[in-house]
Amino acid sequence: MEQSKVHALAVMAARARLLALDMVYGAASGHIGGSLSSMDIVTTLYGHVMRVDPAQPRDPDRDRFVLSKGHCTPALYPNLALKGYFPVEELKLFRSIKGEMSGHAEMRHVKGVDMSTGSLGQGISAAVGMALAGKADNKDYRVYTLLGDGEIEEGQVWEAAMSAAKFHLDNLCAIVDVNGLQIDGPTAQVMPSEPLDKKFEAFNWNVIHVDGHDFNALGEAFEAAAACKGKSTVLLAKTVKGKGVSFMEGDYGWHGKAPNAEQYEKAHAELAATLAELEGK
Amino acid sequence: MSEKIATRAAYGKALAELADQYPELVVLDADLSGSTQSQYFAKAHPDRFYNMGIAEANMTVVAAGLATCGKKPFTNTFAMFAAGRAYEQVRNSVAYPRLNVKIVGSHGGLSVGEDGATHQCIEDYALMRAIPNMMVVSPCDGPEMRLAVKALLDYDGPAYLRLGRLAVESVTDETPGYSFQLGKGALLRDGTDVTVIATGMMVQMACEAAKILAEEGISVRVIDMHTIKPLDGEMVLKAALETRCIVTSEEHTVLGGLGSAVAEFVAEHCPVPVVRHGVNDVFGRSGEAKAVLEAYGLTSAGIVERVRQALKLKK
Repeated sequence: MEQSKVHALAVMAARARLLALDMVYGAASGHIGGSLSSMDIVTTLYGHVMRVDPAQPRDPDRDRFVLSKGHCTPALYPNLALKGYFPVEELKLFRSIKGEMSGHAEMRHVKGVDMSTGSLGQGISAAVGMALAGKADNKDYRVYTLLGDGEIEEGQVWEAAMSAAKFHLDNLCAIVDVNGLQIDGPTAQVMPSEPLDKKFEAFNWNVIHVDGHDFNALGEAFEAAAACKGKSTVLLAKTVKGKGVSFMEGDYGWHGKAPNAEQYEKAHAELAATLAELEGK
Repeated sequence: MSEKIATRAAYGKALAELADQYPELVVLDADLSGSTQSQYFAKAHPDRFYNMGIAEANMTVVAAGLATCGKKPFTNTFAMFAAGRAYEQVRNSVAYPRLNVKIVGSHGGLSVGEDGATHQCIEDYALMRAIPNMMVVSPCDGPEMRLAVKALLDYDGPAYLRLGRLAVESVTDETPGYSFQLGKGALLRDGTDVTVIATGMMVQMACEAAKILAEEGISVRVIDMHTIKPLDGEMVLKAALETRCIVTSEEHTVLGGLGSAVAEFVAEHCPVPVVRHGVNDVFGRSGEAKAVLEAYGLTSAGIVERVRQALKLKK
């Protein structure tokens, strides 16, 4: 990836993180931890990888994205807004009765959302359906779906993984946001799911390990996924929960909690400083 | 009387026959295509048939994903797993986003027979009816099933369709003036003393019960309520006003299905006695299908008994 592209993605992700923080603070609820861990992945998809046009959000030939970890709308909605699907101001209505920016991803009212999700383990199945339709219609679009490493404890994920292998869906790419933490604590304690690579390999998937905060590496991993024929690919993206806000990083307590005023100011200052540095201010 | 045919057989043939007319139609099955009768479609159109294995949750949401891409998916498995095991998938990934997926539950009710309680789904109408956006359809015979499949292909939205296991007589094809429309009941027999509103295979038994009661001089109106949701309130209201008492009959628990839908509507719009005939809040058991139905009173005699009860309550 060109250095200018990497920089552009870093700036987009920094802006998206600030918006995500504002959303969760404004709504006094929402899932900030996993949104910050998966932000760079979603930004790479919308800012670089996916063939989408915000002016034609229902274009049948577009690439699709399914937020299987549907609670991480503070990662998705800001990227959609920055991409141009809707004005950034609409994010202020996140989780509000006054608007349609629902807490979990919602396809009927939020422009750019390809599938309503929220109940864990279901998004990947919808992505399989989209990929099957693409194969049936000889279309060259690709389907991406983002899962949490807690989410994969749902049995349906493995039903979906089996079916993707059966139908050789090489137009499907899943990304697992491996931040190692879920609501009740470390994933290794709540429900050990490692080794993830061996599990997916055993389900006949192509497995790629990647640093989920390295735009260059993410770009290369998505390219490798597209080049892999006959199999679905999963990116096991190592990430840090709460990435970008020092006191949220690595603390599962920030899974689904909104900051208070003082915490918000501190988090905002940190994220704003990151953005300012990137923009050379 | 025409030849007996199970609604599942009529369904399977209709799907295969309508395939050319509806190129977007795709069919999914969870390793039961021989039972659900999706096998005819599978043979005729292997490129549009997906066997998803014994994984109903995944099948349901894969269908949702297909629907977002313009396909018209019909998912197939036993009612128990379509409406029961995959309930939450139907609710959150099909009905909530209002996707054009048809959830088809075969072998509904007690008539699965020998397989016993674990496979006798008597809650599917209740479960599916409680979900916003869902339509619930339960045709009574082969010809009606064929019309229902066509109508559901033309209907853009989520729906649950129940199929029966047993071969049943056709009652709709010989009814003068019969026509099929989703959301509209079909008047099979007019009457003035009492109305029996039935669905699925109980429609045939309601017709038999009406004949038995006619010999005693009791005039029974029979309504085939193939669409349980949305309920044809107009037809129910007319029956309540004109016959002043109603019996409902379904191969389903009396809680939450057709009987509940009718009772709720009548209580709010024109209170008259409504007596519900169905499974009385108990699980089924193994046995030859007809023997099980008899053991639970799901017979024309059972309906006759309920009619007498309703007539006593009538003011």
